[in-house]
Amino acid sequence: MLEFIRQPWSWYVAGILVGLTVPVLLFLGNKKFGISATLRHTCAACVPADISFFQYNWKNEMWNMFFVVGTLIGGIVATFLLSNPEPIQVSEATVADLQALGVTDFGNLLPADIFSWESLFTLRGFMFIVVGGFMVGFGARWAGGCTSGHAIMGIASLQVPSLIATISFMVGGFIMTNLLLGFFLGL
Amino acid sequence: MQTKTTTKSQKQNPIVTQVPPTSIGEMFKANFKYLIVGIIFGTVFVKAEIISWFRIQEMFRLQSFFMYGVIGTAVVVAAISVFLIKKFKAKTFSGEPISIPNKEFRWGQIFGGMIFGLGWAITGACPGPLFAQIGSGFTVIIVTLISAIFGTWMYAMLRDKIDFLKK
Repeated sequence: MLEFIRQPWSWYVAGILVGLTVPVLLFLGNKKFGISATLRHTCAACVPADISFFQYNWKNEMWNMFFVVGTLIGGIVATFLLSNPEPIQVSEATVADLQALGVTDFGNLLPADIFSWESLFTLRGFMFIVVGGFMVGFGARWAGGCTSGHAIMGIASLQVPSLIATISFMVGGFIMTNLLLGFFLGL
Repeated sequence: MQTKTTTKSQKQNPIVTQVPPTSIGEMFKANFKYLIVGIIFGTVFVKAEIISWFRIQEMFRLQSFFMYGVIGTAVVVAAISVFLIKKFKAKTFSGEPISIPNKEFRWGQIFGGMIFGLGWAITGACPGPLFAQIGSGFTVIIVTLISAIFGTWMYAMLRDKIDFLKK
């Protein structure tokens, strides 16, 4: 059993479990699956700065904070107790493309030559780690949600605005990966 | 007349919602179940390698079906669940009617959505995986998370200027 859990899980196992999060949260307490809202709750709790967008009772949204702390703990559990000793399998075409762009580390979930504390203080690392994070937070809030709230919860409940948001996520992603990434990797 | 009756009946049968927890202990007790769901969720993220920067690269280069499979299956499973919940007017475990809100179109879904997409592809993570990556030992992603929180804060600052056609 443990041997089975240690192997990387297939896409349909992951998809079913992620999808089931939606009804589980609804049944547990009428909660709507959405993760980027926790970034807003963090602002509202820590630095509301009299901004109207942060004037609400964030304490009522504590469930969401528990959920993301759980996600972090889940990361620890899966990595340190259930981890797969083999290096991650990446599509050969992707490896070739990224090698051509200067990525050298393919052994981990994230390439250490970009995502490390040493790299943070280089221009390239700053763009990937800091500017990238800013775009995720800024964009998700402007869009009113992220992959969980729009692409999964929103589309599953047949919300056209969520479909529009998801298409926009994908357009942004395709532009970054296929047009801009080479520039950022070359910094 | 009709509205009056509704108000009256609502007053007579107030919908019992969860009382906001008062102490930290009670708050922990009320939310512990969401911690457990989160742990399972985070475990899935790492075990299926969804939190990998390479998976997101494969997806946006159309070189692997994996992420499309994950998100597609998740949407189908969630959609069937939502359909059944609506059809049978299901209630929560504590008896509250389940509500699924409708979203309204805003231009932010396009402009913000595209900025989010740029960030998703460069960091290789949307907000959920950020937490799992930190748990997975990539401590520098704490900086990415703080930056995402700062991005959220900046949006709030600029909201009146950029969120035209609010609602």
